[in-house]
Amino acid sequence: MTNTVIKLEDVHKTYHTGEVDVLAVRGVSLEIAKGEFVAIMGASGSGKSTMMNILGCLDRPTSGRYFLDGVDVSDLSREQLADIRNQKIGFVFQGFNLLSRTTALENVELPMLYSHDHLLSHTAREKAIHALEIVGLADRADHHPSQLSGGQQQRVAVARALVNQPAMVLADEPTGNLDSRTSVEIMGVFQKLNDEGITIVMVTHELDIAKYTKRNVVMRDGRVVSDTPVAARLNAMDELRRLEREHQAVQLTP
Amino acid sequence: MIRFSATLRIALRALRRNKMRSVLTTLGIIIGVGAVIATVGIGNGAKAQIEAQIASLGQNVILVFSGSITSSGVRTGWGSAGTLTLDDVKGISREIPGVIAVSPEVRTSAQVASGNQNWYTQVLGESPEYFDIRQWPLVVGAVFGEQDVRGANKVAIIGKTVANQLFGGDDPIGQIIRVRQVPFVVVGVLTPKGLSVMGTDQDDVIIVPYTSAMKRLLRVTNLRSINVQTASANLLTSVQKQIVDLLREHHHIGPGKDDDFTVRNQQEIAEMATAQSKTMTILLVAIASVSLVVGGIGIMNIMLVSVTERTREIGIRMAVGAHARDILLQFLAEAVALSSLGGIVGILAGIGTCKLLPFLAMWFPVIPNVPTLISAPWAIIAFLFSAAVGVFFGFYPARKAAQLDPIEALRYE
Repeated sequence: MTNTVIKLEDVHKTYHTGEVDVLAVRGVSLEIAKGEFVAIMGASGSGKSTMMNILGCLDRPTSGRYFLDGVDVSDLSREQLADIRNQKIGFVFQGFNLLSRTTALENVELPMLYSHDHLLSHTAREKAIHALEIVGLADRADHHPSQLSGGQQQRVAVARALVNQPAMVLADEPTGNLDSRTSVEIMGVFQKLNDEGITIVMVTHELDIAKYTKRNVVMRDGRVVSDTPVAARLNAMDELRRLEREHQAVQLTP
Repeated sequence: MIRFSATLRIALRALRRNKMRSVLTTLGIIIGVGAVIATVGIGNGAKAQIEAQIASLGQNVILVFSGSITSSGVRTGWGSAGTLTLDDVKGISREIPGVIAVSPEVRTSAQVASGNQNWYTQVLGESPEYFDIRQWPLVVGAVFGEQDVRGANKVAIIGKTVANQLFGGDDPIGQIIRVRQVPFVVVGVLTPKGLSVMGTDQDDVIIVPYTSAMKRLLRVTNLRSINVQTASANLLTSVQKQIVDLLREHHHIGPGKDDDFTVRNQQEIAEMATAQSKTMTILLVAIASVSLVVGGIGIMNIMLVSVTERTREIGIRMAVGAHARDILLQFLAEAVALSSLGGIVGILAGIGTCKLLPFLAMWFPVIPNVPTLISAPWAIIAFLFSAAVGVFFGFYPARKAAQLDPIEALRYE
């Protein structure tokens, strides 16, 4: 059993759009070990979204190899990729992407509906409730997304990502639609999960959000230009306490 | 493979979200299935009515009519030529196996009177077997016997209508009725049979021995027709053919010449009578089926809209591991749920229409009061057909959903 969750070997991705070939990713090699918390950063057009799609098994590389949790997923079929996504990847999106008019609990149960384990409905329910407990939303299980705040919706999405015990959680701009305080809260959730040993890969363009992770991979023009550990890592709990103090200070000032 | 119950639950929930839209979409199917059930119900009712009338002819009956006269180009219709004789009757009953009863028949219309009442009715001359052939028992009295036939006795059995017209509530047995001034004694009253296939009142009749009718009323020696009964229904065709051969021989009709008589068996009469209503039913069902197809197109249209609206949902489901097949089944289940719910409601609506028809006919004289008979096989066929419509018209939108690219679908606004 390898300790490497993600191993990219010289991955290229070329899109054929009309007459011009777009070289979105041009030779990326990357290894991410179990328990890491990585931010993939870059400006728009840097290829990070394409990387996200490849890492999430939503798309296949044009050339190069991609090993996810020891499995070569570079040449798998559409249906096999769907199974990989179901079993090994937990997605968290910028726009939450919850099913509307469906309760939080049922949203969390969704991946189990498509898993091959054929869980009994009460087992699935227990697992979903447990996942909601991890993100601190067990008391909102029967709320619909429209009845939840943005931060709460994103927590439901995180619970959904966790419910099948994936090899990694893949987050695409998870704080893009949230205000700064809620963003810190969500990063707190991620840090807590990471402390419990869950591998998290996050795509973001926000520098201050990337400071909550352990390792920053910067992309430009389809290549990795820097790959550094985070020196002054922020702790979401401390930050929240600091924000709380500042908030109080503002209120106390006449 | 996504579980069946979960698929169905998701489909029903999706339909519940757009209640009004779902109801309007299924309306085409409801009308189509309802129309099929109602038309088939009416058609079957009419058929059952005709069959009951055919059965009132008797059981396993073959009718032999004497030929028609053509004089100066005017053809006078069956039975008028009087080509059948009592020898033909003897021949049929003695020579053809499988024949269990034969009744020669003469017929006339006459003014009849009793006391100070009189009535215009049909007078039939028959043999005692006639009442067995037509399965026509008496309410009171007894059938005349062979000696009445031999003696051409003046005895009569009267139908319910005649009894009511001449005697009102009185007991007609033993009363005298005068037919063309010839007095007959009433010996029996027939059970009421109702209307015939042609719509005439079968109870408006007086039956006397054929000999009495031939000698005393008509003064003829030939017959209008012969009623023949066979031992079983599957003998009808062979006996019919033997009667034709026998009569051609008796009447010295050479090969290639036309028969001077006509033979019809009960099945043929039944087929002729039901053919028209059958054609009508088929036509109406065909029209109703068009409505089902139109309803199916409506479902396809709405499913296409639904797929577009829920592109993002499809993307989410695919991202968390749904196979193309799962998405296909989900949308197919939705289409089939729509169409088969429409089918169920349509069946209920059709049955309701059948049940309401007598009341509608009462309120609106334009609507004919026809009997209806709801057909369970047709209800099942209509239901399965509506489900099939869902599969057929739901497949294209469902496949469109299943073929979406998850990346595109997730980005769809």
